Amino acid sequence: MSLRGSAAIIGAFDTAVGKIPDRSATALCVEAALGAVRDAGLTLSEIDGLVTCNSMAQPYMYHAEAIAEYLGMKPRYCATAAAGGGATFTVLYQAALAIDAGMCDTVVIAMADSLRTGLSREAAMIMQSSSGHPQYETPYGATVPGYYALIAQAYLHAYQARPEHFAAVAVSGRRHACQNPHAEMQKPISIEDVLASRLIADPLRLLDCSLVSDGGSAVVLTRADRARHAAHRPVYLLGAGEGRSHEHISQAASLVHSPARESGQRAFAMAGLAPADVDFAQVYDCFTPVVLIEMEDLGLCAEGEAGDFFLRGDGAPGGRLPINTHGGLLSHAHPGNPGSLFALTESVRQLRGGEGARQVPNARVGLVHAQGGILSSHCTVVLGTEEVL
Amino acid sequence: MTLAKPLPPVDAQSRHYWEACNEGRLVLQHCLSCGYVQHYHRVLCSHCAATDLVDLEASGAGSVKSFTVIRRAVSSAFDADVPYVVALIELAEGPVLMTNLVDSPLEDIAIGEAVELTFERRSEDINLPQFRLVGGTL
Repeated sequence: MSLRGSAAIIGAFDTAVGKIPDRSATALCVEAALGAVRDAGLTLSEIDGLVTCNSMAQPYMYHAEAIAEYLGMKPRYCATAAAGGGATFTVLYQAALAIDAGMCDTVVIAMADSLRTGLSREAAMIMQSSSGHPQYETPYGATVPGYYALIAQAYLHAYQARPEHFAAVAVSGRRHACQNPHAEMQKPISIEDVLASRLIADPLRLLDCSLVSDGGSAVVLTRADRARHAAHRPVYLLGAGEGRSHEHISQAASLVHSPARESGQRAFAMAGLAPADVDFAQVYDCFTPVVLIEMEDLGLCAEGEAGDFFLRGDGAPGGRLPINTHGGLLSHAHPGNPGSLFALTESVRQLRGGEGARQVPNARVGLVHAQGGILSSHCTVVLGTEEVL
Repeated sequence: MTLAKPLPPVDAQSRHYWEACNEGRLVLQHCLSCGYVQHYHRVLCSHCAATDLVDLEASGAGSVKSFTVIRRAVSSAFDADVPYVVALIELAEGPVLMTNLVDSPLEDIAIGEAVELTFERRSEDINLPQFRLVGGTL
């Protein structure tokens, strides 16, 4: 059984991002869900599945059920993603399976959080660093940037790479963000700006780190036969794959390779496509070096060469393979668990076409990849238009 | 209010490991079935799933697998320590563990540098394994 082409995204919506103090995380989640349903040309009564992720600022024990109650929905299929990053695409994969298995016909996946204004800065940092092992890592006082800095340092050592290679990822993402009026960061930056920003956890500097934001995002996924009558061009799920190695970075077999290799191979195999077929990619960019490792493991760049790819501008607007066309977590927004969903809504917009200045010409195949934990849990999704079905 | 530094939440399976730390010993687990050595203590070998595991006392020698200098503390509990070093140490016996590199000049820290075991008394019950540079490359 293959899922290829069995489900399509017909609705996509992002709330405003950045500092949104006048709306709770719950309200942002509901706004995202309603926006995506409206974008699909549907009403809530036509939705029989709901997936959310928990919020750090406003958690519920049964989050998706709480959002369903708020909306007055009684979904047949209801699930809460336990975390963010790769888990966001894992629940997309599972929602497609649920549709294929007949558990439901049309699912809304809605995620939101208010990390910026809903939590104190210290509470947000402690909450995020709880990804460390409580007994064997957390007592040593590492921050999330600190965990990723261990990866960054190893990457510099393994490939004789330079901090400029990391900086080039941030510059590329910012160039995309400057073409996206909805992105938080609108001011162009240079390699020198990144290298002059303050050190957070050596070798990572402030501009190597993603944002801390409020915001929400949602998509509507439905059975392919229903998608043909949708308001917009359907965007088909062509392939999905997952890969895992460790959970805690001190248990990682490698600091410079990740299970993006397996998740990518599995997603491409289901899609019947190869890295060369991809017109754009949204690659999880919580910190700049992660993008380099994922690009290499996904087969989008040769080993040790992703830094030069970005230094040449190959991932920037108009480049050979545009990466993170909305600006990514580095320059668009990063509200925590929902962060990677914005990469999905952006991919839907790119594959529908008509995105103006930032439209990737003739985009037919897009890849979205995210990871969670500390380079631990990966999910890759290949999306395409009707022409590549 | 200043936060206290976090203490490991000791459980029934890890008590033994932390008791050894209290005596100034770092213990690993050695699998009698496949010979694998693992950190942290588990009820099975994470390589072959066998359950005949015995303690192996680490020599305390190892080398820096990776490291970072934390410039912005995770919480106010660590503010006074900034800048402090978080590192992954590859022990001579094979396993990797996370630690701080203490009493070590920042400019001398590099991947591959040799380190030795020390301890930090964090509470009456918790003696936290820490490492410091010994100079030279392992």
